[in-house]
Amino acid sequence: MTENRPKIRIRGLVKRFGRKVVLNGVDLDIGYRESVVIIGGSGTGKSVMLKCILGLLAPEAGSIQVDGEEVVGAGRAVRERVSRKIGMLFQGAALFDSLSVWENVSFGLMQAEGMGRTEARKIAEEKLAAVGLGKEVAILSPAELSGGMKKRVGLARAIATNPEVIFFDEPTTGLDPIMSDVINDLVVKSVKELGATALSITHDMASARKIAHRIAMLHAGRIIWAGPVAAIDHVDNAYVDQFIHGRAEGPIKMEVRA
Amino acid sequence: MGFLAAVGRIFLHFLEAIGRVTQFTGTALFHCATPPYYIAHVGRQMLEIGYFSLPVVGLTALFTGMVLALQSYTGFARFSAEGAVATVVVLSVTRELGPVIAGLMVAGRIGASMAAEIGTMRVTEQIDALSTLSTDPFKYLVAPRLIAGFTMLPLLVLVADIIGVFGGYLVGIYKLGFNPATYLKRTEEFLEAMDVISGLVKAGVFGFIISLMGCYHGYHSRGGAQGVGAATTDAVVSASILILVFNYAITEIFFAK
Ligand SMILES: Nc1ncnc2c1ncn2[C@@H]1O[C@H](COP(=O)(O)OP(=O)(O)OP(=O)(O)O)[C@@H](O)[C@H]1O
Ligand SMILES: [Mg+2]
Repeated sequence: MTENRPKIRIRGLVKRFGRKVVLNGVDLDIGYRESVVIIGGSGTGKSVMLKCILGLLAPEAGSIQVDGEEVVGAGRAVRERVSRKIGMLFQGAALFDSLSVWENVSFGLMQAEGMGRTEARKIAEEKLAAVGLGKEVAILSPAELSGGMKKRVGLARAIATNPEVIFFDEPTTGLDPIMSDVINDLVVKSVKELGATALSITHDMASARKIAHRIAMLHAGRIIWAGPVAAIDHVDNAYVDQFIHGRAEGPIKMEVRA
Repeated sequence: MGFLAAVGRIFLHFLEAIGRVTQFTGTALFHCATPPYYIAHVGRQMLEIGYFSLPVVGLTALFTGMVLALQSYTGFARFSAEGAVATVVVLSVTRELGPVIAGLMVAGRIGASMAAEIGTMRVTEQIDALSTLSTDPFKYLVAPRLIAGFTMLPLLVLVADIIGVFGGYLVGIYKLGFNPATYLKRTEEFLEAMDVISGLVKAGVFGFIISLMGCYHGYHSRGGAQGVGAATTDAVVSASILILVFNYAITEIFFAK
């Protein structure tokens, strides 16, 4: 039905903080059941872009449509409907430290869907198992977890309600290579089996190659390149080339002063 | 010129802050009145504010009543009106000191912890996470605290009133040598319902102010640990000042002729 309309459509998105322009006219389409990975230097506004889509930050200009519904400047009802469709893994996990791990994971189920505690706990334990965490972790408090464990709990929380759209902000940062691959598989599985649309941010090119259908690169407030994952290795774009090969020399100048 | 511009700027900032607080209050009240209600959270906050503040508030009320008896005795002895001590104690405690002292103590205890907790949630993106899990942070965090503050402070002040008067009684009997029966009779003789009621109304308003300032400063904190620290200080200071200002205003409304 809606196969040819993008799930998320971003046009001319501008976001400033004071005088600092972070996003300066971002255009991007994320197709229905597509997995898009955004790459780009640190501090280029990747996380800010996700927060604009979620309605957590108000952009200065531009349009964001989710399923054809405008989010920018929308009222509470629309925002709520849209946010119900989206699960988000925050870069810093953002676990509720007053709740136990399993209560964190099942928060959306219990609060938004009114599920009972016993059933919610069962699902939470399933989701935790999917990210490689055992039952004994479920009753811990977030303060008792390592950084990588927090990230995985955050991931379990993001997918717990089986949302239509999932945002992953650096899902594999801070994980060992094996666990990274488990998480990559999980992202792929979410898209393939659950039929989710995924928008991920990562600095890990191996992970990007594995989970993305399409890769988009954000630089200087714009998407400077977007294309299928297979094309990334022969892109005729010096910025992308420098980034994926991680070279200090090139058109992207890091603000380092010796 | 530069000076006038600076004054103007400060004034504008002040108006802007008032606007923001008013808007925050409006949103918060709206969410207090509309479902879903997080009953368990309201209960937990009530316990925190009402029950766990009892020792602090009780102790301060006790010593306030005691010192009040002692001081007014020395004062009244100068014109042989020692008999008025009991009346002065009960009126001062119910009308002024009970609500104000309980308010200030709770502002330090609860206002600070609310600002720190909500502030930490803000800077670690937990508040953003709430929204993405279809939970309104105003409903989940702010409304329960406002309701608990507004309802629990009057109860706390009622207890503080009783303990304060009891403190005065102790000093009156054991130190100043009053006859217990006479002291009690004098305590209730001139006490009117309005004295107690005005104090409880104040308490309700103060409780609301404390929670509001705690939530407001926490909600708008930014920039890591330092920002949360600043929010905590701001919450306590602004709540304390507002308590004293509103104390005057409410006294004026109730008793000015
Ligand atoms: N709340 C905020 N207030 C002010 N500036 C902000 C805020 N959030 C982000 N920024 C600024 O916006 C820019 C982009 O931040 P963002 O977090 O989106 O970077 P990023 O691309 O996700 O980087 P990283 O890969 O390191 O996570 C940064 O320069 C940051 O300073
Ligand atoms: Mg980021």
